[in-house]
Amino acid sequence: MFDRIREKLTILADAAKYDVSCSSSGSNRKNDNKGLGNGHTSGICHTYTEDGRCVSLLKILLTNHCIFDCAYCVSRKSNDIERAAFTVDEVVQLTMNFYRRNYIEGLFLSSGIFKNADFTMERLLRVVKKLRIEEKYNGYIHLKTIPGASEELIREAGLYADRMSINLEMPTEAGLKLLAPEKSHIDVIKPLDFVNKQIIQYKDEKKLIKHIPKFVPAGQSTQMVIGATPETDKEIMYTADTFYKNFSLRRVYYSGYIPISNDTRMPILGTQPPLLRENRLYQTDWLMRFYGFNVREILNDENPHLDTDIDPKLSWALRNLHHFPVDINVAPYQMIMRIPGIGISSANKIVQARKFGRLRIDQLKKIGVAYNRAKHFIKCIDTPFQLNDYQAHQIKAFILAESASKYLKTATNQLLLF
Amino acid sequence: MIYLFNGSLEGLLTAVFEWFERKPGEITLILEGNHQPDAFKTTLTIYNNREKADRVWNGLLKRLDKNWIRRIYCAYLSEIPAAFNHIFHFTCYIFQSKAGAEKNYGNPHVIAISKYAKSVEREKHRMEAFIRFEEAKDGTFYCGIDPDFNVLPLILKHFKDRYADQQWIIYDLNRNYGLFYNLKIVEHIFMNVSNKRNSSIPIDPKEKLYATLWKDYFKSTNIEARKNTKLHVQHVPKRYWRYLTEKQAELA
Repeated sequence: MFDRIREKLTILADAAKYDVSCSSSGSNRKNDNKGLGNGHTSGICHTYTEDGRCVSLLKILLTNHCIFDCAYCVSRKSNDIERAAFTVDEVVQLTMNFYRRNYIEGLFLSSGIFKNADFTMERLLRVVKKLRIEEKYNGYIHLKTIPGASEELIREAGLYADRMSINLEMPTEAGLKLLAPEKSHIDVIKPLDFVNKQIIQYKDEKKLIKHIPKFVPAGQSTQMVIGATPETDKEIMYTADTFYKNFSLRRVYYSGYIPISNDTRMPILGTQPPLLRENRLYQTDWLMRFYGFNVREILNDENPHLDTDIDPKLSWALRNLHHFPVDINVAPYQMIMRIPGIGISSANKIVQARKFGRLRIDQLKKIGVAYNRAKHFIKCIDTPFQLNDYQAHQIKAFILAESASKYLKTATNQLLLF
Repeated sequence: MIYLFNGSLEGLLTAVFEWFERKPGEITLILEGNHQPDAFKTTLTIYNNREKADRVWNGLLKRLDKNWIRRIYCAYLSEIPAAFNHIFHFTCYIFQSKAGAEKNYGNPHVIAISKYAKSVEREKHRMEAFIRFEEAKDGTFYCGIDPDFNVLPLILKHFKDRYADQQWIIYDLNRNYGLFYNLKIVEHIFMNVSNKRNSSIPIDPKEKLYATLWKDYFKSTNIEARKNTKLHVQHVPKRYWRYLTEKQAELA
């Protein structure tokens, strides 16, 4: 019995790991009924795997049997792998017992499609209902919406889950059609839109009536696979931007494709996953969501790809040197955030501190500004006078000379002589 | 001049009161035990005085919002001697300046308090993440810890709210006190435990099964092609590995 569960857990956790969403934040569900668990607003990462990704949720598939044959997926029908399926009770027991030991922050439940969408969604719903109602479990639940499931089932699931998500898989419709001819972006858009409208409706009702049940309090997210198909960074980020705007998504995840088959339409087995590119896309994502950048400022027809050697914020600054240097002591907050080497928390501190007197270099360093990077773009009261204006490529060379990318095993800024 | 105090928050606040009463100019606040007599400076020993401390504390409550009060408390829990001195000077600075002076990040004490508070909050968050309970024979969930800072008072509420339907004990092995939740309230307890984690508590046999399942899960959720040991160690520094069930595989 125990060995069988071990085996299932290994198979179904292994199949679920390519879904990179790990967040457990955004829900403030309370433990009101003296049950087990609650939501933590900023989430908790309970451990990290050896690849450096956080483990916050027990991320498993209910089953890896699937009727679809998508080329990018390990669980595709034609793939010759071991198949398994959990019973509803097994998932509930695992979740409760892991949670009691503070191993996890909650459950992330997904599934391959067996029989049809409704049948699968109904099974997922049974798991979350049992956890919430019978076990009085108030911890985090991230549930996959199964594309094509009926709206009734999706709405009911939303009453128990904290977050729901559906994956876009490929950044463009053309890419998706190439690898998964049976699927289409519209299958994803419809349920995303439905859940989003429900969230808005529940929020509106909450203003009028106090005791409205929570509906997907941590919002929705989606994921795109990067590097399996030949999209540009521009196409990827424009898609992300559209989805953020239209469906008020909390997160878009970018998952570097890890070769899992010999399919000739995709990178061959053994190709390194595009970790650096993934990193740059996330940086752009952050600039869009928190730093007030418009995606068109960072990526456009002249610059369809992100620079690999420098981050997108620095790259934007170098292309727009006419905005700099920025005077730290008078510039508006929005502009201070755009300076390379200054983050949100430093920008906040600068704006508060300068009310008490103009700031000096040593104070900026104490506040936490990466001064060696920022110094090319700022002015404060004791900035040394400088005769010549440096060109963008010179500044870039200065910055590259004193920083080494963590992605490079050997620095490329100087060639080896021998 | 040097003020000596006994390391309690009450003593620290009393010191602030004494300073305003005497206005002796520049002073350094030092822990009694750490003091080396100095030929050129006079010393004053501060004796705890509840009334004086309360007046200072209430004054702070009036001047600072609850985030800053928490920062001061966190900095105090760091138990770092230099932090005590910074809290002392920060408090004096607040009382001497106009409202809103705590936002002056150009001031060294303001920056220092924020930094100490940040380290302590980080340690608190790590404890919330890395504590691993083991079920004892009597159904109590137990975990022994030895955090860098005295974070038990900070994590109390989190665990009380979250694990409301199970009895648990979190024991600070270094500071030799712990929290016990008896399904109603959380009590402070003192136990006789050897300094090895979880050794003195009889553990339920099914505990091993769940530990094995968890280790299996930890292994199978890893993507070999993305291996990044540097990042892994950055997120889970090695000194925490001894807590983590999933990291015991290599040892056992």
